[in-house]
Amino acid sequence: MTAPERLNGAQALIKSLELEGVEVVFGYPGGAILPVYDPLIDAKLRHVLVRHEQGAGHMAEGYAHATGKPGVCMVTSGPAATNIVTPLADAMLDSVPMVCITGQVSLSAIGTDAFQECDTTGITRSITKHNYLVTRAEDIPGVIREAFHLATTGRPGPVLVDIPKNLVDANNPEAYFDFVWPEVPELPGYNPILTPGDEVIADAVTLMLQAERPVLYVGGGVLKARGAAVLLELAELLSMPVVTTLMARGAFPDSHELCLGMPGMHGQFTAINAIQESDLLIAMGSRFDDRVTGKVSTFAPHAKVIHVDIDPAEHGKVRVPQVAVAGDCRISMELMIKEIAKQGGPENQVDITPWRQQVSGWQEKYPLTYQQSKAGELLKPQHVIERLRDLSPEDTIVCSGVGQHQMFTSQYWKFDHPYTWINSGGLGTMGFSIPAAIGAKAGMPNRMVWAVDGDGCFQMTAQELITAAIEKIPIKVALMNNSNLGMVRQWQEMFYGERFSEIHLGRDLPNYVMWAESMGCAAFRVDDPSELDEVIEAANAINDRPVVVEFRCVEDENVFPMVSAGASNSDALVDPSQQAMLDAERAAKAESSRQTASASADSVLADSNEGVSS
Amino acid sequence: MNRTDLQHHTLILLVENRAGVLARVTDLIARRGYNIISLAVAPTNDERFSRITIVVNVDLAPMEQIVKQLFKLINVIEIAEVPASDAVSRELMLAKVSFTADNLSDLESVMAGASVHVLELERSKDRLILSAGGSSANIDELEDQLGVFGIMDVQRTGQIALPQLGHSVPIMRAR
Repeated sequence: MTAPERLNGAQALIKSLELEGVEVVFGYPGGAILPVYDPLIDAKLRHVLVRHEQGAGHMAEGYAHATGKPGVCMVTSGPAATNIVTPLADAMLDSVPMVCITGQVSLSAIGTDAFQECDTTGITRSITKHNYLVTRAEDIPGVIREAFHLATTGRPGPVLVDIPKNLVDANNPEAYFDFVWPEVPELPGYNPILTPGDEVIADAVTLMLQAERPVLYVGGGVLKARGAAVLLELAELLSMPVVTTLMARGAFPDSHELCLGMPGMHGQFTAINAIQESDLLIAMGSRFDDRVTGKVSTFAPHAKVIHVDIDPAEHGKVRVPQVAVAGDCRISMELMIKEIAKQGGPENQVDITPWRQQVSGWQEKYPLTYQQSKAGELLKPQHVIERLRDLSPEDTIVCSGVGQHQMFTSQYWKFDHPYTWINSGGLGTMGFSIPAAIGAKAGMPNRMVWAVDGDGCFQMTAQELITAAIEKIPIKVALMNNSNLGMVRQWQEMFYGERFSEIHLGRDLPNYVMWAESMGCAAFRVDDPSELDEVIEAANAINDRPVVVEFRCVEDENVFPMVSAGASNSDALVDPSQQAMLDAERAAKAESSRQTASASADSVLADSNEGVSS
Repeated sequence: MNRTDLQHHTLILLVENRAGVLARVTDLIARRGYNIISLAVAPTNDERFSRITIVVNVDLAPMEQIVKQLFKLINVIEIAEVPASDAVSRELMLAKVSFTADNLSDLESVMAGASVHVLELERSKDRLILSAGGSSANIDELEDQLGVFGIMDVQRTGQIALPQLGHSVPIMRAR
């Protein structure tokens, strides 16, 4: 047996990261974390120097989304820690595995309002899965082991480790200790359940086989569980229609005949309506987010619910399920497939052909649609997305910011592979796409990575393109310049009587092409639909540096379909060209149910008359 | 008003004995907008763990959500939810009470009726400090009775509880 290695806290931290298999750390040095940046010089891992700590956090998220491995970021205390609060909250809401290391002032200075001191663990308590303030240097290996274990198991999430400067200071004799790497983390209060009980699986399958109108409502949990292949098998086995939420785009191929697309506020009409009309909703790693349910009391009113989630706190949080399955989505679906065979297989399933036909009918009548630009008009964002999609490799990774461009991308990109779509779903963080794309590209250097960004988002995090250029991480940015905060504009148009308030960003200021070039990027501008393909192809051919393409888009395009905030999914608006047809259908349906109701009222009356006469 | 409503829920948490655990627990309850009626924390016979007893005033449905969310805290090992009807519960009160020569005998009979210990007595200044243990309802009642004489200061520990012998209560355990 070799003698234990005597290390200081900083060396132990770097060694622990190496033992965890960390390849890339996104970070930014500063006072309290300085001692860690010295042994980093000799480390076997890559450090990407960002331009703002928020960038480090979103890069770690993008890396985690794309690779499935935990993203790691490291920054100093105080303002650096507060700058990374947004990515932590983002990772918490989207269950992204991430480990964030922050420097802290020395233990003796904590609580004295020292320079660059803030209560980092206090501030981040509710936006991390767990956090640590390390108080002894010898605890560092164990805490790092625990942090990675927590971040990556159960429901993944961000874990923050706050390390006081004196524990990593090479000049402090008390920072030295014999390095011991604990193979098994000691967490007596943490034991996520991966395998659900046989009974709930049997109950779930019984409901599936009896359902006349089932819908698989698939969320990000399926991707986190690496469950896309099993999902395909399960859906095909019982021919069940599938909707994939904003966090699950790509978990099921969009081109598959069972795929109805995205549900929710800007989902496809068929996906929204299928949920509303379903008699069984199989929620698979999805959490009944308000952007999916609309008004909860009218959401899927006829449906029984099977809810599979690794986090039992999701069961009944919004909607009480008939069958609550606590477990990993992949394992649960594997067990369901076995149980289906046990219960007689698809031969024992209720005929759902009428349901499939009804659903196909909606797909034919209410596809996604938009009007192409008229002569002399600027680009339509939907058209830009379609051309990007068709001219880029099929396995391109697409990141987006937050707003109209995010919804258009989610709607119009055909996601046929898991882990090709990265966005900020839960927190809705503007500025997410550029750093997330850099993180994704750092983890997947051989894949093409497009960041679809709005002009508002771009101005929040564009500085990270300098990081991309210097670190040779050649992402591509599709900057959808509509010179407006498009989503805010849409809400002001629809809900505030077209009183437009503080939404104009300016068409020519900044000069995006000059800005991008100044940051070491190749840059293009397109304002004529006829130039679109040529420029996209030119952008796709550049591999030695980042590319920014400014697509000048019309400013008044709205995203449809739309379920207004707080409204029922049953009142979803579709594209204006389809709305009259939908209104007529809804009126006819209301009329026929009114007649049915009055007919049954008549018969009740007849019955009671009979009673009187006899 | 009865301060110990029977609808209150008592949660007994076994937690890791680490800095910040109490803050995690109370933050979580506060963030969801619920009031803690009482809170008692003490180490257990195993120094690695502490026990937190919380009484909250919540309806049943949000209670289930709170319990599940608390259980997600990494440092929380075990949660027992003890309905008042299945619990043996006690709390302790310390009270500084004033009296007069005329009503001392009345005070003595009030104290005799409850399990009260006189810890300090200053006859010259007509005041005493007493301790009383009992169910929260009994303590409420005693506090009301002492109010007639004049409570100069009072402190209560908050309720601690165990399930009644032979009663099983729902327990969530990490392992």
